[in-house]
Amino acid sequence: MECQECHIRPATLHFTKIINGHKTEVHLCEECAREKGEIMAGSNAFSIHNLLSGLLNFEQPMEANGGSHEHDPLQCPKCGLTYNEFTRIGKFGCDECYKTFDEKLNPILRKVHSGNTAHIGKIPRRMGKDISARRKILDLKDRLQELVEKEEFEEAAKTRDLIRELERGGDQ
Amino acid sequence: MSLQHFINHAVSPWMQADGPDADIVLSSRIRLARNLSEFAFPVIASKEQAQKALYFIKEKLEDESYHSLGTFEWLQMNELQSIEKRVLVEKHLISPNLDKESGDSAVLINESESVSIMVNEEDHLRIQCLFPGFQLNEALTLANGIDDWIESKFDYAFDEKRGYLTSCPTNVGTGLRASVMVHLPALMITQRMNRIAPAINQFGLVVRGIYGEGSEALGNVFQISNQITLGKSEEDIVEDLRGVVMQLIQQEKVARRDLLKMSKIQLEDRIYRSYGVLAHSRIIHSKEAAKCLSDVRLGIDLGIISGLPRTILNELMVLTQPGFLQHYFKESLTPDERDVRRATLIRERIQLEQNQDEPRD
Ligand SMILES: [Zn+2]
Ligand SMILES: [Zn+2]
Repeated sequence: MECQECHIRPATLHFTKIINGHKTEVHLCEECAREKGEIMAGSNAFSIHNLLSGLLNFEQPMEANGGSHEHDPLQCPKCGLTYNEFTRIGKFGCDECYKTFDEKLNPILRKVHSGNTAHIGKIPRRMGKDISARRKILDLKDRLQELVEKEEFEEAAKTRDLIRELERGGDQ
Repeated sequence: MSLQHFINHAVSPWMQADGPDADIVLSSRIRLARNLSEFAFPVIASKEQAQKALYFIKEKLEDESYHSLGTFEWLQMNELQSIEKRVLVEKHLISPNLDKESGDSAVLINESESVSIMVNEEDHLRIQCLFPGFQLNEALTLANGIDDWIESKFDYAFDEKRGYLTSCPTNVGTGLRASVMVHLPALMITQRMNRIAPAINQFGLVVRGIYGEGSEALGNVFQISNQITLGKSEEDIVEDLRGVVMQLIQQEKVARRDLLKMSKIQLEDRIYRSYGVLAHSRIIHSKEAAKCLSDVRLGIDLGIISGLPRTILNELMVLTQPGFLQHYFKESLTPDERDVRRATLIRERIQLEQNQDEPRD
């Protein structure tokens, strides 16, 4: 396959770019990719990082309608990173940044992660004990609902007891 | 230093083992990005903050061991020579970014070099597990275990809604990058890769070359990895990648069979010519070396060439990169000199194998 930009060299970079919700396939050679800023020299990461700062910059004009006339009202209280700075470097400065910029993150995350905004994977084993327990209870409550609807009362009673036990103890 | 000694030093022990589907999948890798809640991320940390985080981590992980992995050695970037760092990059044990982000970075490496933990790269911690062949699940299990072990010592930056919080929004959620290194010579010779690569992208996976300057697929070696880290479980990410790679393995096998059936003599000619170039040339550019190594490796996998180990492709791909060449010959080399030394090293390597075949007294 030839590079879609120069049509001379073979395309060695292949990826899907999502811009404003539209998927576009991109096939570029090394040189053209570098010229277009799709690749970071020597980086093990792919072009998405640079693509991302493009996305973030695109987000900026929307802020103008926000009503706030102060320059850069959003600043992380923990690390001092401002939202403007975040859009420029495309990187967060600390864990608190995620909370500080939370309202603005969904559109960005959706574009980068194929529409996803929430984590459904691993929970830290030690720190996340409570979260894991809470999630387990929620799952069980869903299950209980199902069982009741299906009129499987014997199973439902067992599940209810398990939920009670978990809600009481929490730490086993 | 003798060549054998140098190879032992240059090629990670984990690489010398054979894994499942090793005729096509060279290695499997899992990387987890993690940050500590207590400190600002390395990308914006001041020198003082970065040092504080570095020593905080060092104190708890240096010379510690995890199960059968052995003790982790702590290598601090500002204590290494640039050639040593380059060698670590060429062995894929550290990223080229590790000492660019700040001088206050380090890597923990176990004895077999199957696990490396980068400290103060873009994130505070980057846990990387490497396995030979097609062993993504095994690598994920190990990475999870190491992750739990580290988490028992530190408070991670984690949020119930967003998951593991990373410096770059492209890594948030699982912080997981799963990848495999595959050798696809037959799909390249038959020009089928052109159609396959875009199809792989459809699955949210990224295909790229790994060796050489930039991302050209030198030696027909590609890396396939996941793009999305958020909204999917670790197991699903790995499973989706595994499924696509399994199909890729099938396609490559079909292409190899077709080549043998339809143009066996041409294929043999190509492979033996490449063998001849590697065994006898006096000047060889890295591109030509990579092409010939790929051919010879295909010859070994198809049983056309015997008496050479399979690992010679990965091994010589690493050994003939600029950092290693200069490390071996102990001097800095111009590109022209490198081509001469590269040819010498490859010849010596092949001779080493041939000498071993002869009976010893
Ligand atoms: Zn081009
Ligand atoms: Zn912050």
